Amino acid sequence: MASFMLSGTTASKISSQLTHLRHQMGAPAIGMVLTLVVVCDESNQYDAVRAATEAAREHPSRILVAIARDPAEAIRLDAELRIGESTPGEVILLRLYGELTRHAESVVSPLLLPDTPVVAWWPGECTDRPAKDPIGLLTQRRITDARSADDPVKAIVGRARGYHPGDTDLAWTRLTPWRSLLAAAFDQPVGEVERGVVEAVPDNPSAPLLAAWLSDRLGAPVEVAESGGPGLTAVRLSTADGEIKVTRSDARLATLTRPGQPDRRVALARRPTSELLAEELRRLDPDELYETAIRHLARGVTAPQAARR
Amino acid sequence: MTDGETQMTSPEEPKAPGDEEETRPAHADEVATVAAAAASAASTEAAMLANPLRDPRDKRLPRVAGPCVLVLFGVTGDLAKRKLLPAIYDLGNRGLLPPGFSLVGFARRDWAAQDFAQLTHDAIKEHARTPFREEVWKQLREGIHFVPGEFSDDGAFDALAMTLKEIDETRGTGGNYAFYLSVPPKFFPLVVEQLKRTNLANAPEGAWRRVVIEKPFGHDLQSAQELNTITSAVFPESSVFRIDHYLGKETVQNIMALRFANNLFEPIWNRGYVDHVQITMAEDIGIGGRAGYYDGIGAARDVIQNHLLQLLALVAMDDPTSFEANSLRREKEKVLKAVRLPHDLGLGTARGRYTSGWQGGEPVVGYLDEDGIPADSITETYAAIKLEIANRRWAGVPFYLRTGKRLGRRVTEVAVVFQRAPHLPFSTDDTEILGQNALVIRVQPDEGITVRFGSKVPGTAMEVRDVSMDFAYGESFMESSPEAYERLLLDVLIGDPPLFPHQREVDLSWQILDPIEHFWASQGRPEGYPAGTWGPASADAMMARDGRVWRRL
Ligand SMILES: NC(=O)c1ccc[n+]([C@@H]2O[C@H](COP(=O)([O-])OP(=O)(O)OC[C@H]3O[C@@H](n4cnc5c(N)ncnc54)[C@H](OP(=O)(O)O)[C@@H]3O)[C@@H](O)[C@H]2O)c1
Repeated sequence: MASFMLSGTTASKISSQLTHLRHQMGAPAIGMVLTLVVVCDESNQYDAVRAATEAAREHPSRILVAIARDPAEAIRLDAELRIGESTPGEVILLRLYGELTRHAESVVSPLLLPDTPVVAWWPGECTDRPAKDPIGLLTQRRITDARSADDPVKAIVGRARGYHPGDTDLAWTRLTPWRSLLAAAFDQPVGEVERGVVEAVPDNPSAPLLAAWLSDRLGAPVEVAESGGPGLTAVRLSTADGEIKVTRSDARLATLTRPGQPDRRVALARRPTSELLAEELRRLDPDELYETAIRHLARGVTAPQAARR
Repeated sequence: MTDGETQMTSPEEPKAPGDEEETRPAHADEVATVAAAAASAASTEAAMLANPLRDPRDKRLPRVAGPCVLVLFGVTGDLAKRKLLPAIYDLGNRGLLPPGFSLVGFARRDWAAQDFAQLTHDAIKEHARTPFREEVWKQLREGIHFVPGEFSDDGAFDALAMTLKEIDETRGTGGNYAFYLSVPPKFFPLVVEQLKRTNLANAPEGAWRRVVIEKPFGHDLQSAQELNTITSAVFPESSVFRIDHYLGKETVQNIMALRFANNLFEPIWNRGYVDHVQITMAEDIGIGGRAGYYDGIGAARDVIQNHLLQLLALVAMDDPTSFEANSLRREKEKVLKAVRLPHDLGLGTARGRYTSGWQGGEPVVGYLDEDGIPADSITETYAAIKLEIANRRWAGVPFYLRTGKRLGRRVTEVAVVFQRAPHLPFSTDDTEILGQNALVIRVQPDEGITVRFGSKVPGTAMEVRDVSMDFAYGESFMESSPEAYERLLLDVLIGDPPLFPHQREVDLSWQILDPIEHFWASQGRPEGYPAGTWGPASADAMMARDGRVWRRL
């Protein structure tokens, strides 16, 4: 891993230093498939870079990390360049000082890989309208994470207001294994679902989202109930024939129960952020199902939508 | 090339080589197959449509098979331990196994389920691609069962039938069984017969039964058809899944993406621009402990008949109307039917056998000195053949196929070599070392695509030289890209057949190879080549006669 620090620099100096480092390492051309812009602060920078680098194993990327520092200082740009054998792509940490903290896009924009998709990720707090954000404007896909908001549930409920095609939230990504298991349970005929409940620790933004998705797809009211966790602990759906439920008490192994059938255990582990990110980067088109779910959520979880596709 | 000599015959009417005429356009069983496929597609689709939680736009949800049981024969074998059991675990780890999925092992061991579980556990620990996770193992472990017995033992199969019935009740697997025959082909008839006798081959209403067979699919056309007669008497063609694990490889599927998702290559993918095509599968290993399997079979039957001819079909076929099994197979069959052999098999083929030598810094023995090889063996360990494809796209473009053991290194690739530029506005000195443009699909290892073209050497003179442009497909996600067997097992459980060769393709491939094998059988011992080199001199001579050379790999 070659690392290089530039202090008081500019985007064009960073760019030529990158080319220089690449040549030095004997690999001037590399097959990077996208640029990932990580917008964060110093406190969550370490974990975010780690996850992004891991995800880049599946999607070789240029990772630009925009870190806002003290806006009261004089304007300055510091950069840290990391290129190495261990990472398939390139990581560039950009530390912005002074008024530059409000113009990160002016540094990011010239450093984007030409003619390939751009994805932004806010591992921490983000604006209500990611697509209108100066960095968001440069991107096809914008990934937020309601879990790290002060009020996670309020954050996910509010996503519909600022939604623009190409937005997703990791609270939704975390649900894929649950949704997959529930969908598999419905591959065999199931009677009409009358109502349902999703149980989770309080403040888990994925729970109301799952309830909204289920409610929308099944045309039945689905509530959120509190449990001791960890994370999501159960989904119960009542049908005329009895209850279909998925329960998970240890965040690892779930049990699927269907009326008239033996219980079955299924691995349902929580995934590290790197895997969530890798899943996000696999698809760069708008996620219409996410949109439907957050819109349904915004209308109120318990109000079922009669029409279903 | 004229047709008379080596005209291919249609699959239903095998004829001796040299026979004339190819007159059967329609396939007798095609209508039935299409109907069956349509029916099964309809039922899957119906289930999908009926499921309110599925939506075609929901691309995050993976394709997961319905509840089912996989019955594995030959669990103690090399393939089961190295590939199949680990692949099952990896599928589980990726969340792709259905709830209630059960695995039944069958072997002639006095074992209980826990012994088989131990074997599975060890195989996973040693060979799985993804990290070991206790909860995934627990899920898998719950569904593991074992039935002891010989294939000839009726009682054992009755016990198997009982066990499966029980599993349906305790695990809710709904009578859906896949039988994987990971056993030497000579036992296929016996096992298939037992499945018939115990009525396990017969799917009740609303359930499915599938059988998976491994190569070799016979050793010539006749034996392949005999084998097929046996399986097709018990299982309909749509329930037979023939594994050619090459087709499960990401890079091989990428051939289709490369060709049909781009507009850059297809316009030049024909005789107007392509000079010739080289398809190579080179191995650096010898025959290892597999003398009993290998001797009498040889390189061509082992590799060309299946892997290389499948690669040829994918590279040369016209675009299918869809990637649905029938359309894809139809295009592959069309191109395999159009394959023509060289006039003079002595000049258009080459075969060799490795002698002792140095392989990657180690001294290794010759083929005849390997354990269990008879001194009078005439089996080849290297085979090269030149084929042409008699259609509008490819007429006159030779396809050179080669494979061998104990070659310089392990590499599989397809190289499309283009014609030289019609006119070079440079002096001959300047372009002396300029070769031909080439597009190389590297199948393994180091999966990717290389394009070779001429570029100016920096300096004051206009000197042009070859450079390579590289797309490294697996550069960074080599470990994380799924194994071929994962994909294929999943497709079996889902019932998705496009990546499995149809019996007609198997027949057609044997029709291509049989005359060559027949000719070779009369030629005595193959020519020697020292281990660690790139094959016998006759293979180079074959290319030299056409004014071409093998790519140095
Ligand atoms: N290995 C590969 O890489 C590879 C590649 C492509 C295709 N294949 C094909 O895959 C299949 C399995 O290959 P393999 O390499 O795993 O073969 P293998 O190592 O020889 O294993 C054969 C299996 O069959 C069992 N078996 C043999 N005779 C039996 C009998 N009379 N009754 C009950 N069980 C019997 C063996 O059990 P015991 O332990 O009791 O003998 C063993 O589990 C073959 O069709 C082979 O051609 C293998």
